[in-house]
Amino acid sequence: MSIAITTQIICFTILSLVILIGALGVVLLESIVYSAFLLGGVFMSVAGLYLLLNASFVAAAQVLVYVGAVNVLIIFAIMLVNKKEDLKPINDIKSRRIISTSICLTLLSLLIRVDLTNVWSLSSPLNSIGEESTIRIGEHLFSDYLLPFEVASVLLLMAMIGAIVLARRDVMSQDISTGLPVDQELIEKSSEPLLTNKN
Amino acid sequence: MEYGLDLEYSFNEFLKGFGLSSEIAHIIWLPLPMLLVLVAAVVGVLVTVWLERKISAAAQQRIGPEYAGALGVLQPIADGLKLLVKEDIIPAKADGILFTAGPILVLVPVILSWLIVPFGQNLLISNVGIGIFLWIALSSIQPIGLLMSGYASNNKYSLLGGLRAAAQSISYEIPLALSVLAIVLMTNSLSTIDIVNQQSGAGILSWNIWRQPVGFIVFWICALAECERLPFDLPEAEEELVAGYQTEYAGMKFALFYLGSYINLILSALLVSILYLGGWGFPIPVELIAKFLNLPINAPFIQVFTASIGIVMTVLKAYLLVFIAILLRWTTPRVRIDQLLDLGWKFLLPISLANLLITAGLKLAFPQFFGG
Repeated sequence: MSIAITTQIICFTILSLVILIGALGVVLLESIVYSAFLLGGVFMSVAGLYLLLNASFVAAAQVLVYVGAVNVLIIFAIMLVNKKEDLKPINDIKSRRIISTSICLTLLSLLIRVDLTNVWSLSSPLNSIGEESTIRIGEHLFSDYLLPFEVASVLLLMAMIGAIVLARRDVMSQDISTGLPVDQELIEKSSEPLLTNKN
Repeated sequence: MEYGLDLEYSFNEFLKGFGLSSEIAHIIWLPLPMLLVLVAAVVGVLVTVWLERKISAAAQQRIGPEYAGALGVLQPIADGLKLLVKEDIIPAKADGILFTAGPILVLVPVILSWLIVPFGQNLLISNVGIGIFLWIALSSIQPIGLLMSGYASNNKYSLLGGLRAAAQSISYEIPLALSVLAIVLMTNSLSTIDIVNQQSGAGILSWNIWRQPVGFIVFWICALAECERLPFDLPEAEEELVAGYQTEYAGMKFALFYLGSYINLILSALLVSILYLGGWGFPIPVELIAKFLNLPINAPFIQVFTASIGIVMTVLKAYLLVFIAILLRWTTPRVRIDQLLDLGWKFLLPISLANLLITAGLKLAFPQFFGG
């Protein structure tokens, strides 16, 4: 076994372990902040797997979009609304656990079936495109994948309009959460003084 | 353009002379350029800290550090040693794991980005195909580290600083990436090597700054904002937030932030010089000089000379930009948060979009000047 292959196997093992343990942590940890940060770690390791597969552009795009945008926004949202209160106890927790476990197991069996039936190996290792992938992705985005590409941009536009409606207070005359009339001068200003109702 | 020194090849051939296999030679080679670049980055930080102290002193009509070494050149080393031996404090109510991981997450992507900084035709760690895109992707990881340390400090100032840092770096990343995209459009490649080679035709006249003046200014403003330098240092605005996300940090963890911000500044300056100021190119093409002096371009001593000129030019251009950044820091007031976001979203973003559109049009209209 050559050194290159050994390195690849070691990297693959570490990355897969990080992905598995990290993903379990995201689901099982009580603290939502830890879950969010672990999610970032999982995204990074998936990017690492892409790198191992010689898809460096996809890896960088994964980091940029999932870690740099999605995960940062998740953490941002958590920190803006984080109230540090205990979760309410759920009364029929047992039946919920049974249902969710069975759904997950069904999904798992479907994925295992996919893994076993699909033919994964390339016809020859020379068919991999490696560094040329950037150009090929661009060609596909502007030819046969043009419609999905444009539909995704419409989706982003919708999300943006929604965010603007929520953020611009002069659209609505009263605050959504408190019902108070809106002070339209400074966006960053809190709607009530921070220290009045403490102590 | 397949000339220039190839140190890796010669080094591997040298080791093979001792009977080692090419794989072992490659493994011995691998850490060398990484270590070299790491050392270069740290030395660059020391120089920049000294420059910052001296130039700020001059701007305020003080003398600045003077007793540590000649002209105070040893002052940054003294600063570093002080931070190294200081007690490492984790506040009692802070979240220990996140508090420790935050500074690391801020520093590592910045150092990784040095992977793509070329000092010459073959003088870089790795000529990865995605080149400059790697830097954009890596620099988007930083806000997570900032949010993490801001949250883990369990301090309102820190949290606000972290949130501000993340908001700032997200909103300035977009015009930054768009102005890089205009360059990539002209080069037809993401690789930093290709970007520099595309500017090397006619010396100073073919540098991108003449073809992308708007992009240059947008990129420089955004780079300063990404580095959180004044006039954009809101995340650590000392009058408002004590020190932002760094408030609770001391000792080596603070030093990591400090190191990270200065390495990031040097990296940004290097990237501006690579993208817009011709990288390692001399203002007059070296080949032209060699031809004028009737020297063969492939002779070994000419190659060594070209390589050293390349390194000197890259560092010189970068430090010129660092100098401008330091002057800006000590002469301009800080912008307000609403001015900062207005500038980013309402001014830089539309301008960089228009710049991209005009570049694409010019490329099609004048392919000989704007890359075909």
